[in-house]
Amino acid sequence: MKIAITSTGKTLDSQVDPRFGRAAYFVIIDNETMDFSVIENESVAAAGGAGISSAKVVIDTGVEAVLTGNCGPNAERTLTAAGLKLYTGVTGTVAEAVELFKSGKLTEAAGPNVEPHFGIDK
Amino acid sequence: MLDNLVIAVASGKGGTGKTTIATNLAQYTTGLGQPAQYLDCDVEEPNGHIFLKPKIDHGRVVTVDVPQVDLEKCIGCGKCGEICQYSAIICIKENVLTFEQLCHSCGGCMRVCPAEAIKSKPLNIGDIEFGKAGDIDFVHGKLRIGNVRTPFLIKEVKKHIKQDGLAIIDVPPGTSCPVVEAVKGADFVLLVTEPTPFGLNDLKLTVDLVRKMNLPFAVAINRYDIGNKEVEKYCEVENIDVIMKLPDDRRIAEAYSIGQMITDVLSEYRKDFSELYEYTKSVKAGIDDKRRLRVRRKNNP
Repeated sequence: MKIAITSTGKTLDSQVDPRFGRAAYFVIIDNETMDFSVIENESVAAAGGAGISSAKVVIDTGVEAVLTGNCGPNAERTLTAAGLKLYTGVTGTVAEAVELFKSGKLTEAAGPNVEPHFGIDK
Repeated sequence: MLDNLVIAVASGKGGTGKTTIATNLAQYTTGLGQPAQYLDCDVEEPNGHIFLKPKIDHGRVVTVDVPQVDLEKCIGCGKCGEICQYSAIICIKENVLTFEQLCHSCGGCMRVCPAEAIKSKPLNIGDIEFGKAGDIDFVHGKLRIGNVRTPFLIKEVKKHIKQDGLAIIDVPPGTSCPVVEAVKGADFVLLVTEPTPFGLNDLKLTVDLVRKMNLPFAVAINRYDIGNKEVEKYCEVENIDVIMKLPDDRRIAEAYSIGQMITDVLSEYRKDFSELYEYTKSVKAGIDDKRRLRVRRKNNP
């Protein structure tokens, strides 16, 4: 199963980016083979609507789940409209996040966990 | 009689005394039997009414157009989302999501939709209320909670500027889009500041803004006897007129705290507003054809 993880860097040792909409990178990974690719997030410096445009990018990769630190209401609405599962509050490295996901220790977010504009100037 | 003159009272820093000066100038002007209009364009938190206590007699709702998608007609092509620069509309699989608060009402999505599935619908963003405060014509805009289209509402408030007498615009603090919208087209901008490092820093930003917009301006220093002399030094170096200095008088703060007007309860300050009024009366004659104050000019404009 393909999942997306917000990341501060381009490797599996990078830390999970605590922001969804303005995450530096999205790591798209197959949690069985651990094959992955990295997408640089063009919405990092967007004037507005970063969560929505980031969600669109992630949805278009065909992933089934998103692992991140924090996700605001607009991104959450967009991701769930596409039927993606959202996991917030994820910390540590990207590789650790995948392990947590595989072990079933993450619980699905019931909604956005931060207000809009949470990730600006952080 | 004063022919029509639009003065914007602005400041980079909040809490310097914009509303205090704007409301008292309006009151002083009508006290002389001259027509004055007060327009509170600080629509995110208007507070002029607390001091002027106007009797509101009518109002109107301000709306903007946002998209409404007919999913029966939608073919899921995604063109609406591609054209939107604000992610206010986005096509996710066969579903179209709209985010009304992000929409800038450009109408692009409606134009590019090949299925004519998008229509516009009004979104209420705020209210404009009209009334009388004594002889002052009172207008203020109130942005509804959760809305962000501040400049649009300010533009609507300013459509009610009268063509005769003195119109005083109470500008929101800062130097961002709402400020630009509020000072746009004013004959003269009064920049209120205080003599502190914060006041000076934000004054400089605002001076940059009004110079870029080519608006004639001068400075008023409030709580004049606190802080330091840096604001005055800066104005001196930059050839900016300081046309008003109000002291740090506890009685002014006490009057303010219970919603009283300085010109009502502290008669000795009427002369300050008299001088400000006289200055505003002469300001139009002092503006040259390049929209600079002829009295003082920056050496290297």
